[in-house]
Amino acid sequence: MLRNAPGSDRPVDEIKSRAKALRRHMIRMSRHIGQGYIAQGLGIADVLAALYFHELRHDPANPAWAERDRFLLSTGHYSIALWAALAEAGVIPIDELASYGLDESRLPMSTLDTTPGVEIIGGSLGHGPGQAVGMALGQRLRGTGARIFVEFSDGELQEGSTWEALMAGASFGLDNLVALVDCNGIQADGAIVIDIEPVAAKLAAFGWDAAEIDGNDVAAILDALHEARTPNGRPKAIVLRTLPGCGVPAIARREKAHFVRVEPDEWDVFARELEAQP
Amino acid sequence: MSRGVTVGMGEVVRGGSRELVDAPFGHALVTLAKDRGDIVGLSADLAKYTDILPFKEACPDRFFNVGMAEQNLVAVSAGLAKSGFVAYCTTYGVFASRRAYDFIAIACAHSRAEVKIFAGLPGLTTGYGGTHQAIEDLALMRMVPDLVVIDPCDATELEQVTHAVVAHRGPAYVRLLRGAVPRVLDPRAHRFEIGRSYVLREGEDIGLVSTGFMTERALDAAEKLAAQGISAGVLHVPTIKPFDAAGVAAFAQRVGRLISIENHVVTGGLGSLVAETLFDAGIVRRLRRVGIPDRFVECGSLPFLQEQCGMTVPQIVALANDKTQWRTP
Ligand SMILES: Cc1ncc(C[n+]2csc(CCOP(=O)(O)OP(=O)(O)O)c2C)c(N)n1
Ligand SMILES: [Mg+2]
Repeated sequence: MLRNAPGSDRPVDEIKSRAKALRRHMIRMSRHIGQGYIAQGLGIADVLAALYFHELRHDPANPAWAERDRFLLSTGHYSIALWAALAEAGVIPIDELASYGLDESRLPMSTLDTTPGVEIIGGSLGHGPGQAVGMALGQRLRGTGARIFVEFSDGELQEGSTWEALMAGASFGLDNLVALVDCNGIQADGAIVIDIEPVAAKLAAFGWDAAEIDGNDVAAILDALHEARTPNGRPKAIVLRTLPGCGVPAIARREKAHFVRVEPDEWDVFARELEAQP
Repeated sequence: MSRGVTVGMGEVVRGGSRELVDAPFGHALVTLAKDRGDIVGLSADLAKYTDILPFKEACPDRFFNVGMAEQNLVAVSAGLAKSGFVAYCTTYGVFASRRAYDFIAIACAHSRAEVKIFAGLPGLTTGYGGTHQAIEDLALMRMVPDLVVIDPCDATELEQVTHAVVAHRGPAYVRLLRGAVPRVLDPRAHRFEIGRSYVLREGEDIGLVSTGFMTERALDAAEKLAAQGISAGVLHVPTIKPFDAAGVAAFAQRVGRLISIENHVVTGGLGSLVAETLFDAGIVRRLRRVGIPDRFVECGSLPFLQEQCGMTVPQIVALANDKTQWRTP
């Protein structure tokens, strides 16, 4: 079964409810571990919902389908969000989410490409952009029409190899390539430690069609993805300003958001806050 | 049995019930920097996780966070070194050794720059899988000419190494134990010197040659073997380069058989060095190598992963006792 040959509709309500389902999965998954990269996962949930339930041409029953659109999650520590999306999409069983982070689980704390639906090994940050350029070249050469979507973070913008890939993507005229840059304002040591702005202007200067949106505004995400289909010989970048912990105010308010530790009695608060969101 | 859980980055290297010391590297660096205005510290967005925060707080104007950019981290460190500073450069071992290797080889080692790299999460000290476990860094680093390579055992030795590398002229790569680090060696008795090995226990039946935090396990294994009537010696070899071949050869000659014990792949690190040393010296002893097998290790809880790799004390004791391992072919 082929899912989502994307049309020109903007199913905002459906994507919002999928995003909420992803957030619900993530809260449950991190509960038994008591810690994790939950804030980032909640922040990127809207984009993943829009990709897996609208924009990507993929077949959940056959994640290795050769002509699929590829989604590369470069930021491997966001794995919790990818597992939630793959389960909600039907690539892996929802029951399996309970094994997140356990010994011998297919759903580790950092992504591994042996799990169905995972395109690259994340975790050593900065591996997404270059491999995405290679895949975009490969699909163009094969003439499959498949598109490549690569997520990477504001932290990953600091790796030199990211800019090497950006230069190559524009030089090769890869209009089947879409970069989703998750600018959530944080990295391991806290708030972004080095000047990376203005991100969209830098991407534009590197030859990319660059848009900048609220990465938790589903309507804006659907519009930007629609715009990114334009076959004009240039790769597309969407700078996503996301809120770590979006959807659960008690997490979003945290100062130490990169790695969140949670007391057992806080989970019910999280679940209640999430359900109370529109 | 319930399944283990991959936990966060603040894990301790749990061996036994020994005293734990908080951030020994960071605090030693602060002490050192009080007398030495030429010391600078650097991180690539891992200041919190490499224990260099105490230095940042003590000497904010001498601390630089270059962002998540490890090649640049090493290049900037070399530049500071070439301006008369001694650069303490911190990141995880995987990113120093794999991503910044060329910069370490050329801008640091070939250039004889005063860059002291402290590399966190050595071997299996994180459950985050192949991307975070520096399992082959000792092998890579010991191949670089003029680079000193050290795998400290515990808090005592890490504190002493932090001081010793500044007295050494030239670059060094030190495996960093962070967070709550056990104290195994007595600070009043132990005197770390670059290039020296230490006989921590004499024994005749079997010799355990170890490096890094595995020395704690070697000592515990020797204790257990003694209770079983097997006399086991322990030779601790913290410096991987320059390697104390004479010390290892002398120790090997006093024992019947040998086990090398390291928190690293069994190829290219301590085990290989011991084998090279024995052959060079014409000493014939059976050698078994404890360490990480030649494969990427998955994500998981540390006790689970270390057991899979045969790195626990009971497994070392069992190997020493396993007659099939020691039969002459
Ligand atoms: C190459 C590399 N360097 C360092 C790290 C350690 N690390 C893990 S997450 C992280 C922060 C990266 O920034 P970002 O992705 O923006 O973090 P977040 O938004 O999740 O806080 C760092 C430095 C890594 N995984 N890979
Ligand atoms: Mg970030």
